[in-house]
Amino acid sequence: MLAAEAQLKALMLSALAGDAAAYRALLAALGELLRRYYARRLADAASAEDLVQETLIAVHTRRATYDTSLPFTPWLYAVARYKLLDHLRRGRVRATVALDDAGELFAEDESEAALARRDLDRLLETLPATTREAIRQVKIEGLSTAEAAERSGRSEIAVRVGIHRGLKALSDRLREGRTREDR
Amino acid sequence: MKTDELIDRLTGQLAPVSRAAVPRTLAFGLGAGALVSFAAMWLWLGIRPDLASAAATSAYWMKFLYTLSLGCFAFWAVERLARPGSGSRVQMTLLAIPLVVLLILAFIQIDGVSRATRMHLMMGASSNVCPWRIALLSLPLFAGAFWSLSKLAPTRPIVAGTMAGLLAGAFGAWIYAFHCDESAAPFVVIWYTLGIAAVGALGGALGRFVLRW
Repeated sequence: MLAAEAQLKALMLSALAGDAAAYRALLAALGELLRRYYARRLADAASAEDLVQETLIAVHTRRATYDTSLPFTPWLYAVARYKLLDHLRRGRVRATVALDDAGELFAEDESEAALARRDLDRLLETLPATTREAIRQVKIEGLSTAEAAERSGRSEIAVRVGIHRGLKALSDRLREGRTREDR
Repeated sequence: MKTDELIDRLTGQLAPVSRAAVPRTLAFGLGAGALVSFAAMWLWLGIRPDLASAAATSAYWMKFLYTLSLGCFAFWAVERLARPGSGSRVQMTLLAIPLVVLLILAFIQIDGVSRATRMHLMMGASSNVCPWRIALLSLPLFAGAFWSLSKLAPTRPIVAGTMAGLLAGAFGAWIYAFHCDESAAPFVVIWYTLGIAAVGALGGALGRFVLRW
């Protein structure tokens, strides 16, 4: 079962204060999270495990850079993404992602994007039609929000807000699904 | 090594971390650099002899505040950029404020004056040395800023390097202002800014290669 943001953050705060038991629990949970993260992105299991370790070390040596007023998981995934990109840049291995999808690696919210690809169509069906179209046009076909707004005859703000809400609803739904899977 | 062993080892190395660790690390590197820069300015160029009387003029404070505010905003931006996943757009946008304010002041000063006066306001007496001296005086600060960043976690090395360069450049210019006796806003907005920007460009170029962790 994947630990939730609130749990991880609480462990991190205790660890930053010097609580070794909390730190051990945190690192174990992060190891699991990171293993999934890299397994989805790298074909080679050995280098995925290397990256898990490298990232755990980075979490350890750079833990002071976590701003305790912010959520913890974005920090963690930013570190993980940095280590992944650094690894790919060094060119030691080839990523499993197709060239067309490579842009996703640089997307802002990567963990969510990778999950969303999985059952994208099924999930999109659960959204209202206008939101679905907006997400399809902007996030999948790559139109600008202005173009999508023009096509649907809605204002740009409405499209933007619709997309934001739609994506949030999707990621909430995914998270529910994921917790069920892990049990 | 197995991941479980690694976790044991890292747990064994745990020490409490201060919440202010990031600004403190940056301040430490920059502070050490600033001392060297200031000593270099003093020994090499000397503090302007009329500092006391100059401090009563608004022109002196214009230079002082321009460089200091740029430096503070750049510090804030670097503080954000040193943390994975933290936004820094606001801080980087703030850097434009001192520049715009000084540009307006400069345009007011050159508005409606003769061509010769305008040239004098822009070129002063030291435009040929000013940006170089600022860049050179910034180098110790630059080294300090990069040392600090190497202890932190910048995930965007080029942006972080550029901002660290601007930070070093702005404080280098602030220190240079203790020597420099130019007093026209057009001069400062051109030549000071050029020196600061040059250090920023150096930071971006180096950041790409140096700021790896």
